[in-house]
Amino acid sequence: MEDVRMKEGLSACMNCGVCTAVCPAAAFYNYDPRQIVSIVQTRDDEAIEELLKSEEIWYCGECMSCRPRCPRGNTPGYVIQALRTLSQKLGYFVESEKGRQQLALKRTVGDNILRTGYCLVPTAIKPELHPEQGTVWRWIFDHDQEIYPQYSEAYNKSGSGALRRTSDETLEELRRIFDITGGTEMFDSIERFSDQKAKQMGYEGADEEYFLDVYTRNSNEHY
Amino acid sequence: MKRSSWTDYQKEIADNDYYYARSCIRQNFFPGSEKVFLSILGKDLGRNIYDDPLHTSCTGIGYHSDVVPLETIMTVVARQFALMNEAGYENFTSSCITSFGIYTELLATWEEFPEMLDKTRENLYKATGREFKIPKNLAHTSDVIFHHREEIAQKAKRKLVNAYTGEPLRVVEHIGCHYAKIFPKKGVGGSEFPYVLAGMVESWGGEIVDYPERRHCCGFGFRNYLVQANRGYSIANSHKKLESMAPQKPDFIVCNCPGCSMFLDKWQYTIAEMEGTTYGQNGQGIPVLTYEEMAGLILGYDPWADLGMQMHQVDVEPLLDKLGIEYDPAAKYLGRNGKYIGKPEAALINGCSEDRLYKINR
Ligand code: SF4
Ligand code: SF4
Repeated sequence: MEDVRMKEGLSACMNCGVCTAVCPAAAFYNYDPRQIVSIVQTRDDEAIEELLKSEEIWYCGECMSCRPRCPRGNTPGYVIQALRTLSQKLGYFVESEKGRQQLALKRTVGDNILRTGYCLVPTAIKPELHPEQGTVWRWIFDHDQEIYPQYSEAYNKSGSGALRRTSDETLEELRRIFDITGGTEMFDSIERFSDQKAKQMGYEGADEEYFLDVYTRNSNEHY
Repeated sequence: MKRSSWTDYQKEIADNDYYYARSCIRQNFFPGSEKVFLSILGKDLGRNIYDDPLHTSCTGIGYHSDVVPLETIMTVVARQFALMNEAGYENFTSSCITSFGIYTELLATWEEFPEMLDKTRENLYKATGREFKIPKNLAHTSDVIFHHREEIAQKAKRKLVNAYTGEPLRVVEHIGCHYAKIFPKKGVGGSEFPYVLAGMVESWGGEIVDYPERRHCCGFGFRNYLVQANRGYSIANSHKKLESMAPQKPDFIVCNCPGCSMFLDKWQYTIAEMEGTTYGQNGQGIPVLTYEEMAGLILGYDPWADLGMQMHQVDVEPLLDKLGIEYDPAAKYLGRNGKYIGKPEAALINGCSEDRLYKINR
């Protein structure tokens, strides 16, 4: 693996488990970053391939709490990032329930970026998909044109300020950056592998129904 | 380690002439905080700060959800630096902890792997025709407020003191993992004793209260919140923090990161609706403030018209009362031309028995 995060994230793990002790994902899921680092360290191709198809590599929250605490200066969170990137490149992510969720992330955050210049915008945080956002968010969502302009004259318009409309020229620059640096390729490969998997699973393809499936399905076998 | 060990991690923070990069999350949930930050810098402190319409998201949430590759985010970040250079600035300040973590990570990666810096320059030039220089100074916007905290204290209209009792307000802080856990030396106080918020609270007359899970993650966990099926992770970690701080009876929570501010506010609503638990006094929630809101309140900014604190789920009025702030309760739910736009449906966390009664009587 050529990913620099693999070089930065891992050298001579001594299996002490400090990373697991501070890890919020380990507190919630049946997840052990120590074990992942240990498997990667063996350089056993078969075991690594299994990891790339597993649920485990998708549990980490990338909080990096493990980084300052590891006595060997490792960062299991970086190792996870490198594994996830590879899993998506090879199409292995669709082999796990949590991995298949990458489609939902691409279709929400990923597409928002290229469409609006932001990872999120108020109109995309739909209360029916976000009941946890509460009653005040619903009120904001229903009255965005009344509320945001009080804090930003440029709301949805050109100019400086919060949630200003990103110009077409800027969006075009972003798109070219994505094209040249592998971002577009990553998006396309997530879509392509998801579409194949969706068909295997009996959907017509990676359509809205499949999206909602991966976005909401929880087998409850992760704890 | 001694209590004073934050001084081992003093970072340099530019004093003036900042290039401001907004945050996707902050501008969504706390647009008033961004507005007031610019006003504090410009009007109260007389500093120069540039609000550039050309910059974009750093794509950090996409990067930490693993849909945006490393080379892509590097080039997007390089574009932000190029825009800063073109505008004639060299001090970059970011309104987001996720972005700040990414900027620190990428600057360190470029230093260690210069070939990646070369590649990024090449990619940026090919994609946009732009070129960039590494910023002279990189600071999170809370660093900038921290840097000016004594000047803010001098100009403040009030202190973080309980107006009824004269006692300092009890404040719990939450730093946000990516502020200093990625590169401890880049955050005021490092990762074990982050001092950026505590320093503000102390300078402004409040009392910082320790709690066992102070360093624990708020539970955002990127894909663990963004995908509905995973949200149990997010609420479980916020729950752990709230349970741990509640016995200290804090008057409010102050957060460094816009995401954490939002989660600790919203998850209090969800926990109350799910199991009837509330963590604040009088059966309500614990108000969660951004540091801009905390600074804005002591400087005399209006909680609704300036700071937009009606956008919080947990009501902030009990805190405003304690601070002795006069505010117009009727002005909370006004639209942009001062017309009443209706109010949010009452929820358990707001303890609004009147509203519930109103609903029943209707
Ligand atoms: S803390 Fe570091 S050395 Fe210990 S198990 Fe984790 S990665 Fe290995
Ligand atoms: S980055 Fe991942 S592995 Fe490390 S502590 Fe956070 S959740 Fe655990």
